[in-house]
Amino acid sequence: MGRYLIRRTLFMILVLFIVSLFTFIIFMKLPAGDPARRLAGSRATTPQELETIRHNIGLDEPLLVQYGRFAKGLIPWPGLFLNKQVYFSWANNVPVSEEIYSRLPYTITLSLGAAAVFLLVGIPIGIVSAIKRRSFVDRAGMVFALIGVSAPVFWLAYLMLYFFWFKLAWLPGIGVPPGESMVKSIALGRFILPWLALAFTFAAFYTRMIRGNLLETMSEDYIRTARAKGLSERRVIFKHGLRAALTPVVTMFGLDVATLLGGAVITETVFNIPGIGQYTLLSIFGGNFPGVMGVTVLAAFFIVIANLLVDVVYAFLDPRVRYT
Amino acid sequence: MTEPLLEVKDLTVHFPTEDGLVKAVDGISFSLEPGETLGVVGESGSGKSVSFLTVMGLIRSDQAVITGEVFFQGQDLLKLPVEEMRNIRGARISMIFQDPMTSLHPYYKVGTQISEAVRTHQKVSKQEAHDQAVEMLRKVGIPKPDERAKQYPHEFSGGMRQRAMIAMALSLNPDLLIADEPTTALDVTVQAQILDLIDRLKQEFNAAVVIITHDLGVVAEHCDTIQVMYAGKAVEFGDRHDIYYGSHHPYTWGLLRSIARLDADSNERLHPIKGLPPSLINVPPGCAFHPRCPYVMDICRTETPALLPSDGHHAAACHLSLADKERILKEEVMSRS
Amino acid sequence: MSVDVSQSVAPTTETDRVPLVKLEGIRKLFPITQGILFQRKIGNVHAVDGVDLEVYPGETVGLVGETGCGKSTLARVIMRLYNPTEGRISFDGQDITHLKGRELREQRRNMQMIFQDPFASLNPRKTVGSIIAEPFRLHKTVAKDRVKPEVQELMELVGLSPEHYNRFPHEFSGGQRQRIGVARALALRPRLIVCDEPVSALDVSIQAQILNLLEDLQEEFKLTYLFIAHDLAVVKHVSDRVAVMYLGKIVELADGGNLYKNPKHPYTGALLSAVPIADPDLAAQRKRIILEGDVPSPIDPPSGCRFHPRCPNAQFPRCKEEEPVLRQMHPGQVAACHFPLEDRAVLEISE
Repeated sequence: MGRYLIRRTLFMILVLFIVSLFTFIIFMKLPAGDPARRLAGSRATTPQELETIRHNIGLDEPLLVQYGRFAKGLIPWPGLFLNKQVYFSWANNVPVSEEIYSRLPYTITLSLGAAAVFLLVGIPIGIVSAIKRRSFVDRAGMVFALIGVSAPVFWLAYLMLYFFWFKLAWLPGIGVPPGESMVKSIALGRFILPWLALAFTFAAFYTRMIRGNLLETMSEDYIRTARAKGLSERRVIFKHGLRAALTPVVTMFGLDVATLLGGAVITETVFNIPGIGQYTLLSIFGGNFPGVMGVTVLAAFFIVIANLLVDVVYAFLDPRVRYT
Repeated sequence: MTEPLLEVKDLTVHFPTEDGLVKAVDGISFSLEPGETLGVVGESGSGKSVSFLTVMGLIRSDQAVITGEVFFQGQDLLKLPVEEMRNIRGARISMIFQDPMTSLHPYYKVGTQISEAVRTHQKVSKQEAHDQAVEMLRKVGIPKPDERAKQYPHEFSGGMRQRAMIAMALSLNPDLLIADEPTTALDVTVQAQILDLIDRLKQEFNAAVVIITHDLGVVAEHCDTIQVMYAGKAVEFGDRHDIYYGSHHPYTWGLLRSIARLDADSNERLHPIKGLPPSLINVPPGCAFHPRCPYVMDICRTETPALLPSDGHHAAACHLSLADKERILKEEVMSRS
Repeated sequence: MSVDVSQSVAPTTETDRVPLVKLEGIRKLFPITQGILFQRKIGNVHAVDGVDLEVYPGETVGLVGETGCGKSTLARVIMRLYNPTEGRISFDGQDITHLKGRELREQRRNMQMIFQDPFASLNPRKTVGSIIAEPFRLHKTVAKDRVKPEVQELMELVGLSPEHYNRFPHEFSGGQRQRIGVARALALRPRLIVCDEPVSALDVSIQAQILNLLEDLQEEFKLTYLFIAHDLAVVKHVSDRVAVMYLGKIVELADGGNLYKNPKHPYTGALLSAVPIADPDLAAQRKRIILEGDVPSPIDPPSGCRFHPRCPNAQFPRCKEEEPVLRQMHPGQVAACHFPLEDRAVLEISE
């Protein structure tokens, strides 16, 4: 196992490197306006002043050197990761790490809440659909899944806002005031609609996946053996069937949470939640390369770690898988 | 005279499907004495597996249309409520299946799976159940059973897995063990080991055994009584000698003639049964075997022959007269030796 | 060390005939690797570990053995579906061991294969006609307008109805699908057909039909068969000579009758005593040689004679230290054993 972990860690560094390289190339090659000018703001500037700004943020250096400086900030070590010197926001004059870390709690709240919702909703519906196949519950469940998979998040979001805030006034509208404590925001119910909108699509996927996995598992030979032993049907379904059917779900779940942590861009934008997703959008449109680089690297980091974790967990769940 | 352990009367199992009604089992009756070994022989589609899955209660009335009676130790299993049937299943009647690789749960240790069977039917502690499991593994000839009990199925070889399945099936000392193609997926030398094991354990546990197989050789060596099935019906029933040396049914003759034999002269051609196995949705009228029978008569196309005893224990479902049967039998035996 | 077995096991006449297939010192090892970034080899699976064999034109050589003996691997090496790690393969006198590209593709016309699983070996999305015609298309041996009549002729040869040209595999029964496989193998009129468990997946009453078909075709087209199966009775029936394999090596090679009357290698004896016989009295007369344990792994074969851990006849230290070579036991029979069985050791066959 030790050798396996070392190998995976090396690959992780490789992945981060490749991701950052591509981001760098894309950003440098795409027309996004002159960063120097944006940094200058609305002040009228002379070409020399623009040159100075350009020199200050290092735009006049060869591309490879520029990239090299950003690359140093990839190493996931405190002090080096997203270091303040290089990762300094071109738009706002604050270190990128500060901006990201201040926004992270909102994204985490959003992600974990949504994850809880889609697990608690999606999985039971999937299980019941599989057990009571072709019944009304199954068909209703699949319709639910179809809507969830097809409906765009923003459409769901606006629909929910319309009913629950505008018409019924049960829940507060968009926006999370930055000054308010997280606990208070949650208590006021500001996150409920964002959780629901975000979770809907995921829940739909999980329902379908669980249903499919469980149906397949229940037709395996070892289920027949379990019944032949005289086990209760409940035990057969949960201890034998579900145990096998849920294992691939664990993998999916880990990766989904990691993706969410990288920022749910659309949801945060619609509901005006000051999280990482919103920051990504602002950085891209604002031409703030360090910001873009920062969130990209962070998101890649989450995903690679999650990948490693789910693989390790999978080995615990499935004894046939052993890593050398 | 002792009461039969298992008595099946007119069992039918029909599956409604989109293409029509699949008559998997179409009226079989037989009985099994305590301690007896019954071999049920047939090809795919003969209904041999379905009939015993129904006896076990693994095929139920929500999946198929089931009629008839299945008396086990005096009780009609088909009329039992689900709970009671579950108490019998695994404890008084056990079943092992064809592919030991897929029949054990890959995520649980072998010992755990056996203990689970024990604890389902007996109120014992985890430790006691585990000890019983290890003891059973030892009885089926698995070396170092205490270590093996802590291993997972994928760490066992094919033969050992089947032994573990047998251990699990016998752990509660059942009166009847049903083995559905227990050796088909195994190597020849391992097959012999497993069949010998079943023979030995049968004595030790005082259980009746049903071996379901398509292999006439397996049945010849290990079964007292044999039932031959075709298209959902029993076409012949008798003891070993009756079936192999005194058969009264053209299908049995055809089967015996068509198999390659170790002791036969290599240069002889094989004699296959002509035609294809019948559809279970559109079963041929009259005798289901008639389209392939070399001795078919007019009556065979319209009337289904009943399984009638010709002498004592031996019964065959065929319209041929006894005299004709004996005559053809002589020819068959001649041609075989 | 290889032994020239041609003298001892050639068919009854024409001992100086050129064998159609000649295998010399064939070894096929599959590496097992481990490592952090760069995988390094820590061992091998000795799938085939030193096989010499000659197959003469027109004969059927049977290959039997249990899981892990290497028979399927050997068949695929002969077909050049795997490349041998060591050794030489000659076909009709020509060395085909290292053929590549166009030459290899041309050689493929001479040898074809029939597979075990009639459900899996046919492409479910292609019609039967298309499946059988594929060899023609690949090797361009038949003009386009002659393809369909050729295919239909083949279908009739194997006992299928030519009108079913446009049907799909799932519309046929198992036996019929196997016939399709046979037709496909026969399309290019090969000289050698390797049959890898061709009837194991079929019902008993259908097996005989397919075996008869194979025999008829052999006579009509002067085919040579390498017939692999685990069912000894079937192998004996179709084969002129039978090779018994254990852990990557041939342990005995003899013509059918001798093998079954007088097996010399204890493993052959064990196999014979394990095969179920559909004759209660005969079965009861048979001597039982029941082996202990399971087949060992081909990753780390036992020293000396590979069979020594399970052999009821083994005598130490010789069997553990010295690997036996194939030597003649009776005319036409070789076995690799230091202490071979006595005659008539297993089957008591009344004459």
